[in-house]
Amino acid sequence: MAVVFDRPKSLTDAKFHYCPGCHHGIIHRLVAEVLDELGLQDRTVGIAPVGCAVFAYDYFDVDCIEAAHGRAPAVATGVKRTRPDTIVFSYQGDGDLASIGMAEIVHAAARSENITVIFVNNAIYGMTGGQMAPTTLIGQKTTTSPLGRKSELTGYPIKVCELLATLPGATYLARTSVHDPKNVRQTKEAIKKAFQLQVEGKGFSLVEVLSACPTNWHMKPVQALDFIKNDMMNYFPLGQFKSPEEAK
Amino acid sequence: MSKVLMKGNEVIGEAAIKAGCRYFFGYPITPQSELPEYLSRRLPEIGGVYLQAESEVAAINMVYGAAATGVRVMTSSSSPGISLKQEGISYIAGSELPCIIVNIMRGGPGLGGIQPSQSDYFQATRGGGHGDYYLIVLAPASVQEIADLVKKGFDLAEKYRNPVMILGDGMLGQMMEPVDFGVETSGDSFDKSWATTGKNGRKKSNIVNSLYLKPEELEVHNRELEKKYLEIKSKETMAESYLTKDAEIVVAAYGMTARIAKSAVDMAREEGIRAGVFRPITLWPYPEKELNAATVSAKGVLTVEMSLGQMVEDVKLSLNGRLPVEFYGRVGGMVPTARAIFEEIKRMSEKFGGVK
Amino acid sequence: MLKQIMIAGFGGQGIMSMGQLMVYSGMIEGKEVAWIPSYGPEMRGGTANCSVSISDDPISSPHVTEPDILIAMNNPSLDKFEMSVKNGGVIFINSSLIDRKIKRKDVKVYYISANDKATELGDVRVANMVMLGALLKIDKLVKIDSIMESLKKVLSKSKHHLLPLNAQALEIGAREIGNN
Repeated sequence: MAVVFDRPKSLTDAKFHYCPGCHHGIIHRLVAEVLDELGLQDRTVGIAPVGCAVFAYDYFDVDCIEAAHGRAPAVATGVKRTRPDTIVFSYQGDGDLASIGMAEIVHAAARSENITVIFVNNAIYGMTGGQMAPTTLIGQKTTTSPLGRKSELTGYPIKVCELLATLPGATYLARTSVHDPKNVRQTKEAIKKAFQLQVEGKGFSLVEVLSACPTNWHMKPVQALDFIKNDMMNYFPLGQFKSPEEAK
Repeated sequence: MSKVLMKGNEVIGEAAIKAGCRYFFGYPITPQSELPEYLSRRLPEIGGVYLQAESEVAAINMVYGAAATGVRVMTSSSSPGISLKQEGISYIAGSELPCIIVNIMRGGPGLGGIQPSQSDYFQATRGGGHGDYYLIVLAPASVQEIADLVKKGFDLAEKYRNPVMILGDGMLGQMMEPVDFGVETSGDSFDKSWATTGKNGRKKSNIVNSLYLKPEELEVHNRELEKKYLEIKSKETMAESYLTKDAEIVVAAYGMTARIAKSAVDMAREEGIRAGVFRPITLWPYPEKELNAATVSAKGVLTVEMSLGQMVEDVKLSLNGRLPVEFYGRVGGMVPTARAIFEEIKRMSEKFGGVK
Repeated sequence: MLKQIMIAGFGGQGIMSMGQLMVYSGMIEGKEVAWIPSYGPEMRGGTANCSVSISDDPISSPHVTEPDILIAMNNPSLDKFEMSVKNGGVIFINSSLIDRKIKRKDVKVYYISANDKATELGDVRVANMVMLGALLKIDKLVKIDSIMESLKKVLSKSKHHLLPLNAQALEIGAREIGNN
């Protein structure tokens, strides 16, 4: 009997610890599939974040380094600059990348570090229990914005792709979503393109993936998909914000 | 053997190169900028990488990533910048990675000043960041010793997979003395099977990590670190004793301050006062045994530092009440003079009934 | 025998290079040497100084607080360091720029119009070499030959045409001692 669906080689057989309806599992799988398809597993070093994906090193069957909160792009830089033949990716959430690690991500992009960043934006701090994130939408309730995020108090959600697109060093920037199969496929294409560009030595690539956190959003998984589609995508439009053709 | 005349800060850079270090990540700060400037010229010449990071925080995390791949890597800064690096240093210690961190100390707290100081002793010798860990801390007192200790530092870092700190002050960094770099070395003989460079056919992936959520597992990790620290303590202490054999007053000082103390002791000897200098070269592990051996004839110990009194605590702990310990310090970037230390020696010699 | 020298003046007078030449020469001669500059805002604020130690034996402290010899290239330097010189020490004064006599009676003093002599040679920038020539006439810390050899190494090839000028400046400085 032919095998039609299997675990990618670049994933271990460890069971994901993620909550029901969480999209980290899908995104992990997409990254692993891409590494398999491009034949990169053996030369890849992954940089795990602080946040829900902190155990990414248990799931990806590649060499991994656990970074401090927000510092993954700097750690990735250290690896890539000493071992240019490795394929280096960081996997970061919104608190990690867009709050505490804003300097590191901006400067990695500015230097056009030849790395790939998988940026999972679920508009909330998941691991610490649902606090407000730099990408939390206006009006969105979190444990630290219990009445809904107010711009007067905490300003506005940060659009990372748009922000980084102003930097000549950013080679490829795309925002995708994984709320339905079509978008999952498009996310995979974007991730593949990002890694492909790294293989070609083209410089900094980042894929921002809008994803669900039903647990901390206090929604059923299906409702959470609607939240991505109706609310998040309204503020964070999908698309390509920088292509290698228009880089520099 | 050929000697060249170089500044302390530049010697740190050249010695690192001679030890096989090809990677440097840093951020400018006075009074150590000659070091990154030197390496920004030299490293590209030999196929290395010099990268100016966006902050000290980023620089130490680049070091963390680079060290994880098994290469010899270094960063440098001065006091306020070293405070910023503490997060990364704690991760490097927790993940058991080798590297060298240079601290050319300046006065603090806060922004402080830019003149020489030794006020980061506590930070350097007590880990510095969060968690139970130690750095191996080496304190050179001459430009030649900088070269020797940078080389030795890389070996110690790799032997124990532990970060090493070179602790100096602005005066040492700016000073020019002749230096002989000796033979070139590299880290090739050390085991690097743990390095994260891609699996390259390896069955199991390598993971560099300091996260152990289960307390049972973290305790095992902490106990393993403890074992390593005890081994370093028993094997790696270094110190110099100057005229201590018959000394009634022993001056304990490190780095440039120890050089000045030697001049003070020379003055004291001329006046018939039996004085000597004990100079720890490793500040952690502290050379306890060596201090006790250097003070067998002593009636008192004078600790001299460019701080309000930090190493003096280790002197007291090492002597464990056996001898009276007094302290003389200058702070804020002021450097103690040989004359002032000599006066302190004289006073102590009279106080503790020294035979003239 | 340990000799410690304090050299002070303002930026641009070649204070640092004068000290470096001395230690370089000492090193060539197999002596123990050390050089420490003032640095930071102190340096940028106008006054610059460096200290030089030359010895036959290992140098205890290269941090010079009681110099055997002071070279004062301008007024503020003399004001700052005159009292620090050792009893019985020597002070060299750049009398082109320093308009007062020294206050101390327990040291030897030489007044050298270094800037004027250098200007006569055609380049005021060798005033430091005039002073060095005077110093080495009084105290044979290092040989003139070693200074010239060091200069050859320190100066880039494109500046080697300046070597004769520097040699002349050293000579004139030595001659100035006779006028004291």
